[in-house]
Amino acid sequence: MAVLLIAEHNNKELRPFTLNAATAASQIDSDVHAVIIGQNSEDAAKQLSELPVVKKVFSVEGAHYENFTAENFAPVIVKLAENYSHIVCSANTFGKNLMPRIAANLDTSQVSDIIKVISPDTFLRPIYAGNAFATIKSNDAKKCVTIRPTSFDPCESTGGSASIEKVDASEEFSNTKFIKREEIKSDRPELGTARIVVSGGRGMQSGDNFKLITEIADKLGAAIGASRAAVDAGYISNDHQVGQTGKVVVPDLYIAVGISGAIQHLAGMKESKVIVAINKDGEAPIFSVADYGLEADLFEALPQFMEELNKLNTIQK
Amino acid sequence: MKILVAVKRVIDYNVQIRVKEDGTGVVTDNVKMSTNPPDDNAIEEAVKIKETGKATEVVAVTVGEEKAQETVRKALAVGADRGIHVKVDGILEPLAVSKILQKIVDKEKPDLVFMGKQAIDDDCNQTGQMLSALLNWPQATFASKIDVKDNKLEVTREIDEGLETIEINVPAIVTCDLRLNEPRYASLPNIMKAKKKPIEEIAASDLGVDVSPRLEQLKVEEPPKRKAGIKVANVAELVQKLKNEAKVI
Repeated sequence: MAVLLIAEHNNKELRPFTLNAATAASQIDSDVHAVIIGQNSEDAAKQLSELPVVKKVFSVEGAHYENFTAENFAPVIVKLAENYSHIVCSANTFGKNLMPRIAANLDTSQVSDIIKVISPDTFLRPIYAGNAFATIKSNDAKKCVTIRPTSFDPCESTGGSASIEKVDASEEFSNTKFIKREEIKSDRPELGTARIVVSGGRGMQSGDNFKLITEIADKLGAAIGASRAAVDAGYISNDHQVGQTGKVVVPDLYIAVGISGAIQHLAGMKESKVIVAINKDGEAPIFSVADYGLEADLFEALPQFMEELNKLNTIQK
Repeated sequence: MKILVAVKRVIDYNVQIRVKEDGTGVVTDNVKMSTNPPDDNAIEEAVKIKETGKATEVVAVTVGEEKAQETVRKALAVGADRGIHVKVDGILEPLAVSKILQKIVDKEKPDLVFMGKQAIDDDCNQTGQMLSALLNWPQATFASKIDVKDNKLEVTREIDEGLETIEINVPAIVTCDLRLNEPRYASLPNIMKAKKKPIEEIAASDLGVDVSPRLEQLKVEEPPKRKAGIKVANVAELVQKLKNEAKVI
């Protein structure tokens, strides 16, 4: 049977991790169908139909789908699931919120946050903040799987021409009401997909000092990350948090500044290709995962770093 | 309003876990165990709501082996009124736990069920959402702020894009983020008092729930190790290495 992919979008366009989830879905079975649920999301549905790995698109429209409430989404997918062996979406806050609600309704034990498809019923997933990898075989007839987006490459986004079939909306779930969303708009690359991430920790000592990080991030075209300690201290907003309960990032270059390197932070960044640690405590655990460690006071090192970058003729973007 | 809080016993967050050589799991013998950290936030929030007079009773529940009861006892020491321990041995998947919790909800009829958003051992992030599905209740996941208003809650949720605020009618499920509050420590007199608070023991087998695993853990292994890095002497060297050796800038 085929795989049903749940598209994540903002009603105007697909969100990028849908492409990573599509890749994972296509590794389970080549017959991938996708469902998009939203309000006035026709353009995003069209985009979805153009992914070459997607063979068919279901589009479900309704005012009560505008804000992606899991209580409204789940019944639609549970109904569609009848004809599918697997339901797949990203293990970001969208998928984490939604998929278990579907799985429980299907009486299926979900496999969360997989990093590899070993076979259609067997998957690799990190446990204990990535300190162990478990190979899990699902014996359920229907499998609900969320995928770690950074572990799968995004699929091609053009060239496909899947049919789009309209599906009737389900009833509104009246006990949950959306009030507002506070999105932090930024011109910088998204943390989850950025090629370079510069992160600050408790060592930054204040929100103001994060401007030292911002400058460098702007120069490098990087996203800005943070440890939980920095977010808890109010230096920076929660959408920047990297770690076990924040975002997982796998950039080409991760620069950790004033971050000690707790297990929970390492869980979110230790798969990065090149890791730089700048910390004045030479014993800090962050150095154990760093390719390049610099033991220095960040308030001296960061301005020097900026100076050195300014001396370079070219910087890769 | 009555609040049921689910707590789980896990390997303490500070322990560097070790994978068993035979690949069957991680070493748990002689390892420090604690309450799953965001479950502490769930208890704290319930107790705070009770302290403001908006809740009348806080009941802590855990599902697991004999020693899991320690987590309930700790919840009682920081202000929960009574406890429930559903006893069951072996591996429990979130689906099984949510089915057991559904039975407890049927019995206790709470207005709210709180728990941590994710357990730091299996990192599944499922139980709260699954319980909401089984009960067909609203779910407020990843909560970093809760306002109780009569029979509604206004909850701020931490999402990838920033923050989202929703309003849910009770009865409802809330899964708690670490930023929801600062869990208090139990004082010695309260730890003593907690020893006298009742914990009801229920055998999972008496609840008529099928808890048999659906997933097989074929192997647990160590993740690939990173090769050792180097220390650079100064910023100039670092930038040169990044430019010419790693070729990432």
